Amino acid sequence: MEWETVIGLEVHTQLLTRSKAFSAAATKYGAEPNTQACAVDIALPGVLPVFNREAAHMAVKFGLAIGAQINHRSVFARKNYFYPDLPKGYQISQYELPIVAKGHITIDVDGSEKVIGITRAHLEEDAGKSLHEDFHGMTGIDLNRAGTPLLEIVSEPDMRSSKEAVAYLKKLHELVRYLEICDGNMQEGSFRCDANVSVRPFGEKKFGTRAELKNINSFRFVEKAIEFEVERQIELLEGGGKVVQETRLYDSDKNATRSMRSKEEAMDYRYFPDPDLPPLVLDDAFIADVKKTLPELPDVKRARFIKQYSLNAYDASVLTSSREMADYYEQVLCESGADPKIAANWITVEMSAFLNRDNRDIATSPVTARMMSSLLKRLADNTISGKIAKEVFEAMWNGEGDADAVIQKKGLKQITDGAAIEKVIDAVIAKNPKQLEQYRAGKEALFGYFVGQVMKASQGKANPGQVNELLKNKLKP
Amino acid sequence: MFEKTVAELSRALGRKEFSSAELTTVFLERISRYQNLNAFITVDPERSLAQAKAADVRIARGEGGALTGIPVAQKDIFCADGWLTTCGSKILSNFTAPYDATVIDKLNRAGAVCLGKTNMDEFAMGSSNETSYYGVVKNPWNPETVPGGSSGGSAAAVAARLAPAATGTDTGGSIRQPAALTGLSGLKPSYGRVSRYGMIAFASSLDQGGPLCRTAEDCAWLLNAMAGFDARDSTSVDAPVPDYTKTLDQKIEGLRIGLPKEYFGEGLNPEIAQVIQAAIGEFKQLGAQVLEVSLPNSQLAIPCYYVLAPAEASSNLSRYDGARYGFRASDYKDLLDMYCKTRAEGFGPEVKRRIMIGTYALSAGYYDAYYLKAQQLRRLIAEDFRRAFEVCDVIMGPTSPSTAFKIGEKTDDPVAMYLNDIYTVPINLAGLPGMSVPAGFDARGLPIGLQLIGKYFDEARLLNVAHRYQQVTDWHQRTPKGFS
Repeated sequence: MEWETVIGLEVHTQLLTRSKAFSAAATKYGAEPNTQACAVDIALPGVLPVFNREAAHMAVKFGLAIGAQINHRSVFARKNYFYPDLPKGYQISQYELPIVAKGHITIDVDGSEKVIGITRAHLEEDAGKSLHEDFHGMTGIDLNRAGTPLLEIVSEPDMRSSKEAVAYLKKLHELVRYLEICDGNMQEGSFRCDANVSVRPFGEKKFGTRAELKNINSFRFVEKAIEFEVERQIELLEGGGKVVQETRLYDSDKNATRSMRSKEEAMDYRYFPDPDLPPLVLDDAFIADVKKTLPELPDVKRARFIKQYSLNAYDASVLTSSREMADYYEQVLCESGADPKIAANWITVEMSAFLNRDNRDIATSPVTARMMSSLLKRLADNTISGKIAKEVFEAMWNGEGDADAVIQKKGLKQITDGAAIEKVIDAVIAKNPKQLEQYRAGKEALFGYFVGQVMKASQGKANPGQVNELLKNKLKP
Repeated sequence: MFEKTVAELSRALGRKEFSSAELTTVFLERISRYQNLNAFITVDPERSLAQAKAADVRIARGEGGALTGIPVAQKDIFCADGWLTTCGSKILSNFTAPYDATVIDKLNRAGAVCLGKTNMDEFAMGSSNETSYYGVVKNPWNPETVPGGSSGGSAAAVAARLAPAATGTDTGGSIRQPAALTGLSGLKPSYGRVSRYGMIAFASSLDQGGPLCRTAEDCAWLLNAMAGFDARDSTSVDAPVPDYTKTLDQKIEGLRIGLPKEYFGEGLNPEIAQVIQAAIGEFKQLGAQVLEVSLPNSQLAIPCYYVLAPAEASSNLSRYDGARYGFRASDYKDLLDMYCKTRAEGFGPEVKRRIMIGTYALSAGYYDAYYLKAQQLRRLIAEDFRRAFEVCDVIMGPTSPSTAFKIGEKTDDPVAMYLNDIYTVPINLAGLPGMSVPAGFDARGLPIGLQLIGKYFDEARLLNVAHRYQQVTDWHQRTPKGFS
């Protein structure tokens, strides 16, 4: 039987607010355990939450970016359960009335576009962390993360393959970073994903029973976890079994999912409106203010790059993959006046290779936009050839200064003086009488050999165009 | 000294008739002498006297305010920096608060002296002070009877003149009912008037702190210091706070008093009915008009309250899990066992009962039938008051259906106990200000309270009306036998 996969994703993004969702404690990652947890975060008797409106600002920014309706009135609710890293015994979340209602995101898979619905996005607070190592059989609790604001983004079950799921996730990842509401760091847990996966026979309208996959903390694992789970479910169904609704944990070491708890064991969270917090009311002015802070969104930017700079879709999408990358590109264009296509090539090919090699991102590239501009200027005014430019780029990468400094220091300035080039050509011809004879006898393929020798003799500095032209004349019988 | 009201003491301190240290010592000695009342959980004379001496310095410099140097007993529900803060529970029996509740902070700034932490029903759940882990409090008017609850320790302390004033909290009547049962004036302000920050939560949407004093005038003095917007409490209301002492003497001629017919029906002790009618007569003498109003949904207040308050409590009390502070059971084999044993051993039966009721009411499948329904009722009850206040300025009636009952009399019948709050609970559900003032005694010599209910944030009017009444009556001046 042919099976169709149905996937919906729940993504938790940690919002980049300076202080926590309901207290004044700092949110910085990696501090000494329990040094960023105040009385409210550790839930001392008598303390009360006060909502941080910066988090609402960020949530609305996201809502506007996905074309969603913003709820002018949303309600904080308590999700009750006991766990040591949940100090109050309940998590403040939004349940019936989230801040962001229905929206959508367009993904691109294998060249075709698909719209993925977003059901809702709601504000909630993160829990602390339980540390099970180094405590001699006991559990350590670090409440630094407790109370950090999260925006939980829930998609419709609109994805039909792991590939689509990854495309959606990457798109979302790109978007939240563009909006500067989340740093997107998956290792540190600031962008986390749960996947609801089910299968059904092709053509069937009803959804199959789903499993919720937890603990998937990279794009690659999302793909693998879903693929494993789809296979598991199909195998089960084809063997006459039934999928049970449950929560499953993905184990990346074993590349397998295992049952965490079944529907019967599912907790009753006893949601109810938090009586400590009045409904969150946002007026039109607030939303208008947020709107003013919206940057150009990735899709719009991509389309503009294609149109304005005559780039192909691939280059445009690499250059707009992050706001920093796009800004870098445009700064280079602005400062160097270079041809957009040439500038694009330098960034998407040369720069990308180095970034990948050293595992860096554009923001921490040792070759700044200004340095890249200096290189492209020298390339455009024929001070250096394309080949030399690569050498200069590497030197810049290694911290040897900007293009002019490198060219100066290494004596890489291109030779454009015709007489000087002629001198080199003459010397090369004199050294290769046999080849000259063969060439003149009609073996024109040897032209390249002569070019190579001339370039070599000039240490690559001779202007290739001039070399070509002069050499052609000199080689004439 | 101990017979004086806050207002009198303040004037005497200002005139340097005695020092705050002397005054504090007098009360500390009385607290020690009348320990059998069990009104206090924690007394720390050194700490109190240090505060008193600091107040004396302020007074000497001429920097004293109305409450500077006045000893105030604090209900043990308010976190006070460095003080054991138990909320009447074993589960917090080792908890020393590391910070001041806003109410404590405000009173400290005003120069009041913390005289100690008073006994209370565990987590404020009770109407008799019998659910306290620290034992029952005795009513100074008759040690065989309860002082009411949950602010029973505060009420007994002020009634026995162990403190000139005390703080209390009122979720369903916990200031007004003990005030009625011990012959005091107690005010529950409008919801949002006094910050709840640092006041250990029972039912967040109903809890409100307020003063328990001998007179309405004293309540005004205390409320002046306690009230006000607090950025740390999102439910506190950002509205100007008037000087409540300024309007105390205003004439009440033409005041329209509404008597809810539902408050004078079946279940009301006839002796109390008589006393309340007599009090109404006094108001007529003062020029007030009296008319009948109706609060048709008030009979639903108790069931409504006993869904909502436990629901909120079941969640509010989840933090007492033994993980970070407070009592933790000693023998447990895993996490679940630690939770179960800690909470089984740390909470008393009434608290457990309400956690179970609340958990049930919020459970999937029952939420709509209980919690949601109760919320709807709550709106109806508030609507009753809104309509009544279209035709009157103040509503009056009894505070409690009976006077102080015998210790142990109702402990086996929770519903009978809950019915004690029948006249006070609707006011919390509506979020209105309410007050109880002494209006007479029953045949056994036990005090009877008259309840005054005001419009939202109309505390000034309640205090004014109560003060005028106290100028023509002397019920509030009686001292229980053996304590003068």
